[in-house]
Order: sequence, then C-alpha cells, then structure tokens
Amino acid sequence: MGNVIELEGVVKQYDSAGAPALGPLSLTVAEGEAVAITGPSGSGKSTLLNLVAGLDKPGEGRVSVGGLRIDGLGEKALARFRRERIGMVFQFFNLLDDLTVVDNILLPAQLAGSARGRAMERAAELMEVLGIAKHGRAYPGRLSGGERQRVAVARALINRPALLLADEPTGALDTASGNEVRQLLVDLHRSGQTVVLVTHDLALAESCAERTVQLVDGNIAVDRRNAEVVR
Amino acid sequence: MSVFRGNSTAGPRIRLGRVGRRRVQTIVMTLSVLMAVASAVVAGALMVSASAPFDAAFAQQHGAQLTAQIDESATGADRIAATGHLPQVTASSGPYQTAQIDPPGPGGLDMQQSQTVVGRSAPTGGVDDIVLRSGRWATAPGEIVLSTDANSVGPDTTLGGTLKISPAADSPTLTIVGLASSITDSADGWVVPAEITALRAPGTPATAQMLYRFSTATTTAELNADRDAVAAALPAGAIVGAQSYLDVKLAADENTALFVPVMTAFGVLGLLMSVIIIASVVSGAVGAQIRRIGILKAIGLTPGQVVRAYLAQALVPSAVGAVVGVVLGNLLAMPLMGDAGQMYGGGSPGVPWWIDLAVPGAALGVVALAALVPALRAGRLRTIEALAVGRAPRSGRGQWAQRLAARLPLPRAVTLGLASPFARPVRSAALLAAVLFGTTAATFAIGLTSSASAVTTAREPGQSIPVSVFLASPGDPGSPASKSGGGAADPAKTLAVIQSQPGTADAIGQSQGVVTVAGGTGAIRVRLYQGHSSVEAFALISGRWFNGPGEVVVPTHFLDTTGHKVGDSITLVDQGVQVPARIVGEDFDPGNAGLVINTDMATLAAAQPTLHPDFYDVTLKPGTSVAGYVNGLRAALQSTSAHVDATQAGHLNPTVVAFDAMAVLLTLMLVSVAGLGVLNSVVLDTRERVHDLGVCKAIGMTPGQTVTQVLTSVAGAGLVGGAVGVPVGLALHDFVIPLVMRAAGSGTPAQVQNVYGVVELVLLAVGGVSIAVCGALLPAGWAAKARTATALRTE
Ligand SMILES: Nc1ncnc2c1ncn2[C@@H]1O[C@H](COP(=O)(O)OP(=O)(O)OP(=O)(O)O)[C@@H](O)[C@H]1O
Ligand SMILES: [Mg+2]
Repeated sequence: MGNVIELEGVVKQYDSAGAPALGPLSLTVAEGEAVAITGPSGSGKSTLLNLVAGLDKPGEGRVSVGGLRIDGLGEKALARFRRERIGMVFQFFNLLDDLTVVDNILLPAQLAGSARGRAMERAAELMEVLGIAKHGRAYPGRLSGGERQRVAVARALINRPALLLADEPTGALDTASGNEVRQLLVDLHRSGQTVVLVTHDLALAESCAERTVQLVDGNIAVDRRNAEVVR
Repeated sequence: MSVFRGNSTAGPRIRLGRVGRRRVQTIVMTLSVLMAVASAVVAGALMVSASAPFDAAFAQQHGAQLTAQIDESATGADRIAATGHLPQVTASSGPYQTAQIDPPGPGGLDMQQSQTVVGRSAPTGGVDDIVLRSGRWATAPGEIVLSTDANSVGPDTTLGGTLKISPAADSPTLTIVGLASSITDSADGWVVPAEITALRAPGTPATAQMLYRFSTATTTAELNADRDAVAAALPAGAIVGAQSYLDVKLAADENTALFVPVMTAFGVLGLLMSVIIIASVVSGAVGAQIRRIGILKAIGLTPGQVVRAYLAQALVPSAVGAVVGVVLGNLLAMPLMGDAGQMYGGGSPGVPWWIDLAVPGAALGVVALAALVPALRAGRLRTIEALAVGRAPRSGRGQWAQRLAARLPLPRAVTLGLASPFARPVRSAALLAAVLFGTTAATFAIGLTSSASAVTTAREPGQSIPVSVFLASPGDPGSPASKSGGGAADPAKTLAVIQSQPGTADAIGQSQGVVTVAGGTGAIRVRLYQGHSSVEAFALISGRWFNGPGEVVVPTHFLDTTGHKVGDSITLVDQGVQVPARIVGEDFDPGNAGLVINTDMATLAAAQPTLHPDFYDVTLKPGTSVAGYVNGLRAALQSTSAHVDATQAGHLNPTVVAFDAMAVLLTLMLVSVAGLGVLNSVVLDTRERVHDLGVCKAIGMTPGQTVTQVLTSVAGAGLVGGAVGVPVGLALHDFVIPLVMRAAGSGTPAQVQNVYGVVELVLLAVGGVSIAVCGALLPAGWAAKARTATALRTE
C-alpha cells in the first residue's frame, strides 16, 4: 500500500520574526488510513491541513499527495489537484447559501467539467447514503447543523477524492449531530476512504481514527496508534 | 481620572471601518467631490461675474429698461412725456430729440453707419444717468459728447477733436468735449437739445428718445408687454424702435449665457456622482462591517459614536476633494472671467469669496447627507442582529436566479456569476446605478462638450473662406488712411480683377449697415451680401438662406423681440426709407445681442443706391494654392488700395477656446470619476463575496474560473447600465441643449443638436461594460490570487 500523504521537512512560518507556526515536520499517511490530528489551539493543526490541501504553501520542505508534489504547483494546477484528489469539510460547513443542497454537492463536479448526468447519479447516491436525499431541493439555511455537515461531506466526496480532509467537522455541532457526523466518518473509513481529521476532541479522535498525531507548537509531540476503533 | 472612563466629552476616537485605507474608494470619493466643486465654482463665478458688474452699474446709473424711439411728428411731445405716467412705469426720462448723423470714416470714407445723437441738457435725469469718462458735458451748440461704447465714430475720437456729421465736403463739424457712456448704450453721442434740428438731415422724420423703467421687467416677455402698453398710449406706429436692457445685458457677455448652464450641468452631474459614490462607499463599508459594529456596540459604543465614525470616513476625503476643487475652480475660472471683469471697469476679476465658501459648503452638506443614511443604519443596527450576521446563513435571496442559471448550458463558473447579482440585490442595484449613471453622465457630458464646440464653430461661418479682399485698409476703420493714400479701391474694378484671377471660384461681397425695424427694435445691424452668399451662410435653425433681394434671414432673438416668425413680412427703415422684406430663415447668430439681419445688398438699394461691398470673400477652385493665389492677386491689385488677406484659421476668441478646453477637461474628469465609481462598486461587490469565492476555490475552482465568475457577475449590470445609460444620456442632451440655447436667447441649429456619431454611441455603450469588467478585473484577480486559507477566514 502506497502513501497518500508524504510531508518531508515541512516548515510554515507566517511572520519572519517569530518561531514557525509549523515544523520542521515530516509525516506520512498511508492509503486507507484514518488519522486524527490533535493538539492545543494554535498548535498548527489547520496550518498542516491547509498545506496538505494545497490551500497554502510551505516555506521549506516537500508536500506530496497521492504521489504528486504539490508544493511547487501553480494555482491552476492546485485547483485541479484539489477538485480531483481532495475533499474538504470545514467546521462552519462553508456551503453556498444561494445554491440548493444538490447544487452545492454538484459544484465540484461541474467545476471539473463532468457531465451533469453522471454527476447527478453520483450526487443522488451520496445523498441516499448520507441520509439527506429528501433535502436535495432545499437550501442549506433550512437544514440543521448535522444535516449541513453531511451535505458538506457529500460535496467533498462527489469527485471520489483519494483523500478526505476535515477540520473540526463536529466543532459547530451539538452532541447528537456530532455523533451523526462521527458515525459517518467511521463508515467512510471502513469503506476504504483515507481520512485526515483535525480535532481537539480526543474522544472523536479515538473513535474515528486508528492513529492520532498530536501537535504542540507546530511539532509532532505524539504519533500513536489508537486502540481498536470504536464502533 | 480613571483609566477606564476615557474622555467623556469628545468620546473615544474609534476607527470603525477601513474606508480611509481603501485606496480606490478614497480616490473616487475625493475625485468626484473635487470635480463637482470645481465645476460648480466656475459656474457660480461666471454667473456672478457676468451679471454682477452689469447689474451693479445698471442700478447705480438708473439704467433704462426700455429705450424707445418715438416718431415725434405723429405725436406731440406732451403725449410722449405722458407715457411716463403709465401705471407700469416707475420712472422715465425724456423725451429727448434725436438725430442720425453719418460721420465719415478714415480718408473721408463713407462708413454707411448712421450714429444716433441725442439732445440732452444734462447727463442725469432720473433714468439713464450718463457717466462722463473724461471731459465735460456739452453746454453749447457745436459741442458733442461721444459715447465710449459707440462703434468708433469718425477718424478722430479723442477729446478736443472734431467730427463731421456727414461725408459731404461742406458738412458741419462738432467739437468733442467729452467722452461718456450709457449703461444701456442709449446713444452714440449727446449734444445740447438746441443742436438737434441742425443735425437732422432734410426729409428724415423727427424722432425722440424716451427712457423707461417698469415695475416688472425681468424677462423679454414682460418687457414686450411693457412696450406694448407704451405703444397703446401712443398713435399706432409711433414707436419706430425700442431697445430692451436685456439685449444689452445679453450682449455684455454673450459667452457667459452659454458657459453658465454648461458649467452648472457639470457641477450638478459631479455632485450627483459624488452622492452615488459616497452613499455606495459608506453603505458598502457598513454592510461589510456589520459584525464589527455589533461587537463594538456590545462593548459599549453608542449609536451616535457609530454614526459619527462613518460620517467622518466620508467627509474627510470629501473635504480634501472640496478644498482642491475650490483651488482648481478658481484657476479654471480666471481665463473665462477676464472678459466680464474688465467690461465695466469695476472689480478685480476673481471668484467672489462667498462662492469659494458656499460651493464646497453645499457640496459637503449633500455628501454628508448621502453618508448619513447608511451611517444611521449602522447606528440603529440592533446589536444582537449585528452579532448574528456571519454566523447564521444569510437569507435565501436570489436562489431562484441560481436555480435558473444552473439550467443554462454554460460553464458552471459563468452561470454562478450570472446569478450572483441577485443574491445581493442592494449592492447589485448600487453597481447598476453606478454604471447607469456613469454612462448617462459620460454620454451627456460628451454631447454637451461637442455641442459647445459646435456652437463655437457655428458662430464663425466664414471659416471655410480662404481669402478676403478689403477695399480699404483692413480690419480697423479707425486707422489712418491706407498706404496708397486717399479713398478705397473701386468695388466693381476690384471684383473684375478678382474674377479674372486664375483659381477664383467665386467672390462674395459684404458690407454692413444699420436699420430699424418698423414697430420693433432700436438700431439693428444688417449684414449685406452680394453674390452667392450661401457658402458663408450662418447655421440655420429653420427656414432657408435668402435667395435674392427682399428676403432676410434673422436670428432667433430677433424673432422673439419683434414677435415675428419665419415667413412674416417686415419693414426695414433705412435712411428714412421704408424697405419691405420677408423673413425666409432663422439663423444661429447669438452675437450682437442676437439682432443681426442678413440680406442681399440689393434689398436696401432703394434706400442707398450707392451701397457697395467693403470686402470680398473669395472661394478658390479645388487644388489652388492659397499662398500662390494671394501673391498673384496682390500683384494684380497692387496699384489700388485693396488689401488681400489669407483668412487666418483659428482666430477664435481665447475665452471660447479656454471654455472648450475646460469642458473637455471636465468631461474627462467626469468620465474618469464615472469609471472609478463603477470600479468602486465592483470592488465592494467582490469584497462581499470573498468568502464564497474562497469556498469555491477550496473545492477546486481554478483562478481562471474565479475571474470568469467575478466578471460575469458584473457583466450583466454593465450591459444593462450601458444599454440604458446611453439612450438616457442622449435624451437628456437632446432635452437640455435647446433649453441652454433658449437661455442664451437662441434656437438650436441641427449641427449643435445632433452631435453624436454612431461610433461614439457604440463606444459609450461598450464603455459601460468595459469599465465594469475592467473594474472587476482588479478585485477578480485579487480574489483569484488571494490565499484561499485567508479568504476562508474572512467572515
Ligand atoms: N494567516 C495567518 N497569518 C499569521 N499567522 C497565522 C495565520 N494562520 C495561522 N497563524 C498562526 O499560526 C499558528 C497556528 O495556527 P492554526 O490555525 O494552524 O492553529 P490550530 O491548531 O488550527 O488552532 P485552532 O485549534 O484554534 O484552530 C497560530 O499561532 C496562528 O496564530
Ligand atoms: Mg484550526
């Protein structure tokens, strides 16, 4: 099994004066693995995720995802990389309010130029699996937090990405909705999806991921296998 | 004092928004106010400088609102004097007997311009106080006081000089004892009343001058009514001429009549633009900072402080623009005001101080109001709602548009862009307004400037004439006799020489005269033509140019003053002889108070059989070199006193040139401000969508797609604004120009009205879209390049 993510000597520094926000740091994530990134606030979790998603570039080091070096790519290539290989889920959903649920989900496929028919099939399938089929024509504003996050997950998965990145996906949700999303991530992982999950919630980390990487001040403090994933 | 309490009177200085640091918006606000204030200062200064010196002098000298020439033989002097007691009349002076004299020009040349001499025993007398400039008043027969405004009577008009009353060798002479002026130009000279009989040519009717002031006389219509009232109190046809002070005022600065409305239009357009831009900037800032306002209010900022903070943000750049605008306006007004300032010898030519205060004050007041509306909204905003913004999803506005657009068989980036304006209707409306108003203003301003320059051209109809031949020394009739000595060249012989010269296409003879029109005006200038004069015809407003004797072409103001229309028959009175004529055309000729009659020289043949041209305008056959032709003709005419001149191109009035240049400058400024206003709207629009754009980029939108989406989102407003703005600007121009021309006392000739070319209009329409799209490129590029991670943080 190959590595989906390979970080090597990655350093990210926001302001030239202070210490780097991240790194130097090296990390690999294998295909099919579910990794939870934890750590105190400001420890660099989101920074790490943004680097892997190609949303930001490291000052030093190499970032490869799915065998592709992305730290030197241009914006256009990065955009193509994101929509083909990455699915992202955010704490505050980041759905477009003026698009219906189904249009939100379809958007990455449409931006990639996929045929609408095939994209629709895939969207329908995802909505069915994620339990939001009946909300297809609704707008995100009407949905509960948990439902919105499931729409975000569907959108992230529409292009069958090699890697799903989630930054505090339960951070804005109540316990019940948080549990729905947690169960969803568990199911996804079990179906073979590679997942990198940022959370400061250790319980979530333990339950969804087989491996936990703990950051402290931008460096890996702990990198350990979890006990058996809770069902 | 506790560190926690702060300064309770002034309140903390809080920087709410970042308007001041947003360069585009600051520049746009400053520039728009600058442009508005500069034009308004120029307009105001011109308005005041044009009318103030005249009005002041008119009041001080008790100027006559109506100067009537009355036929004494038909009416007794008592009856004429009795008209001074009509209820409408508030003051009167006269009757003063008058005579026409015909002093010879240089070298004894017959000037063919009769001069009106009035018999007055004193310069003052209730109405029309004559101001002595030098010398003294005439006290004995044989003395004359000359008007400084007269068209230079005789060869020697200096104090102590003498003046022959006709070209005849045995003509009596008058000694010039004084130089004086009348504010309404009521006479060319004054003598003691006893002198008049001696000055009257045998057979000419005895006329008297009566000067009136009325209770209502602010418009031509009111004055015409007053004149009719006076006429009704006299036997029919007794009034042989009447001159309104409004005509004199109009003639005092004919340019100003045109400049003021145009500059005012620029001032108003600029101010409207400022209002749109400032309202849009401030409401944009408020809209973008609602959460920030909520947070600040939650921690204790009062609504008043919020309002003040936003007002200050609009007023600081506006104040800078206003101050620079005042300076610029003063500089621009200088060359235009030279004319008016000099005329009555009074006042230094400069912008009155109160205009320099009132204009920026008013502009800032309007701007403050424009900013106040959104600022109040920010002040009233409920803290809870403000805090909720950005967390809660926005209401689903524009969803129908997205649903519709999603169906279109276009790339997703395009359809997203097309639908997005509907999600933020207020901001989209602001953008639409900016494009619409910008396009309208640009279209209107360009039309206005083109019309103004068309007016300049139309006033000089002889521009196409390459060569002129003067029979006497050129230009200045007051100069000493020409070098070849004695008299002018013979017109017929000169014409024969011109016509036999190779290269000559045609020669049009021209001369001038003065006539009165029965029942109407005072002395009116007549431009007399001989030959095919239509090549140098004035621009026509209606009717046609004259084809032969007995037909006249007159300007609009002539028709207004006399109550005639094209097609009417009138009677010209020349040297006491009545000459019938028919008005066949209305021409555009606002000079000389809009009272010049154009006709064939033969029209006046009955009155003046010896009438002949003073000069010939020569047109050349195609391919003839002007320089070669002039040299050849000079050689052929060398032995005579005829003088050959190549017409100097562009000998335009420097004031008019300055005005045209200024109109172009203001148009450019207005167009740039319009463009910047659109840019500003697009920037604000895009800024509000940065977060959504960040989301799209995070899920794989390429920079190209981002730019496409932003561009298509403004293209709609650009297209609609451009498509609507151009016809609106056009309609506005077509509506305003006749009003402006009317205000200047003239109708509108076609070449002043129809100034737009198809290419120009298409460019303007496309301009709206291009400005919107170019304006969007900047923020689109910014959005495309922005670190997605940063954009996603924006809330
Ligand atoms: N755009 C930026 N500019 C400057 N500093 C930044 C920027 N983004 C993050 N940082 C800094 O980098 C450090 C790591 O930030 P990061 O957002 O990765 O932390 P985090 O672990 O995700 O924290 P949290 O759990 O609060 O989300 C912090 O000190 C933060 O202040
Ligand atoms: Mg974070």
